[in-house]
Amino acid sequence: MTNAHGMSEERFEGLIGNLLRAGVILAAAVVLTGGVLYLAKYGAQPPQYHAFRGEPSDLREVSQIFRDAVSLHSRGLIQLGLLILIATPVARVAFSVFAFAAQRDWLYVSITLIVLAVLVYSLVSS
Amino acid sequence: MHATTLEFTLLIAGGSFLAGLLGALTGLGGGVVIVPLLALAFGVDIRYAIGASLVSVIATSSGAAAAYLKEGYSNIRVGMFLEVATTIGALCGAFLAARIPTAAIAIIFGAVLLYSAWASMKTEVDLAPEPDRLAALLKLDGHYPTPEGMRAYHVRGVPAGFGLMYVAGVLSGLLGIGSGAIKVLAMDRAMHIPFKVSTTTSNFMIGVTAAASAGIYLGRGYLDPGIAMPVMLGVLAGALLGARILPGAKVRTLRFVFNAAISLVAIEMIVQGIRGHI
Repeated sequence: MTNAHGMSEERFEGLIGNLLRAGVILAAAVVLTGGVLYLAKYGAQPPQYHAFRGEPSDLREVSQIFRDAVSLHSRGLIQLGLLILIATPVARVAFSVFAFAAQRDWLYVSITLIVLAVLVYSLVSS
Repeated sequence: MHATTLEFTLLIAGGSFLAGLLGALTGLGGGVVIVPLLALAFGVDIRYAIGASLVSVIATSSGAAAAYLKEGYSNIRVGMFLEVATTIGALCGAFLAARIPTAAIAIIFGAVLLYSAWASMKTEVDLAPEPDRLAALLKLDGHYPTPEGMRAYHVRGVPAGFGLMYVAGVLSGLLGIGSGAIKVLAMDRAMHIPFKVSTTTSNFMIGVTAAASAGIYLGRGYLDPGIAMPVMLGVLAGALLGARILPGAKVRTLRFVFNAAISLVAIEMIVQGIRGHI
């Protein structure tokens, strides 16, 4: 179905699909790199996951995760990969806002903005 | 039980690979297997298990979406409209997860697991013959490929579908699963959307729903890199392999055996929850 206002549905869907796949590949690559470094450093130690401790703040806050990842801290790098993964569907929704706007579908621009607002709230509220 | 972090990580990665493979082959998703696996078999705290499961759900949903979109089944408008309900639900579910005891989470998990296993055995419903005003207003009607060419369908039951999607979102945020079974229930049963469109649109929505609660889990410190790493990579690899061999696989028997196994796991979760071991 080609829309009178430019971008066809197929092209739109193809772009979304590629965006999602690229995000997952990038996230997996970063997590894998962090994982190798993590096992090289902590692999020989006994695991401690039976009790719940919660993560320290440097593995919870976005700015801290970036700082850790840039200095190649293994756990920070894994968290950065997870953050990229979480951001991938958010990017997809943000992209959909523009795609619906290109189709002049203002109803769906509004609906998509609501979804985007909920996602952004979940990332910044905590 | 396990001597080193390396062994523990490899065991979790192997288990997650199997979970992703079986989840893709049976259509139940990896999340329903990963949480009981970590909580029951590895003794991981259920909140860490849920956090790790959530990220694996995002990975499989996003990784598979590209293929589904190409086939032309997914209905992007239906997905986006219903994501309003699932993401708000997911936020509520993630907030609830911090407030109710882990034993209660385990019991709810078992109940949802039993329902999912039962629901995946059911067959399709009839398509709606007539257009519905609300659905038309929201431009939800669509068409999908069949062997006889493109076929149009009408959507109805929008309020009921929207309400069920909210529930699916709450359970996703609370339990760390994709809630695919309840999403399909909402679209297939309540809204009379063709089965194949329901399942692919559901898969497409799962990543966005899980992202809404994963943000909360990350911020609260429920995402442990040491656990999430092998789970995410293992499930993703398993799901990719599953999607590749699915067209030629004889899934009927597999699905039956898997559902029986899932039901036993569900009962074990409920028992452990009632006894207060989780």
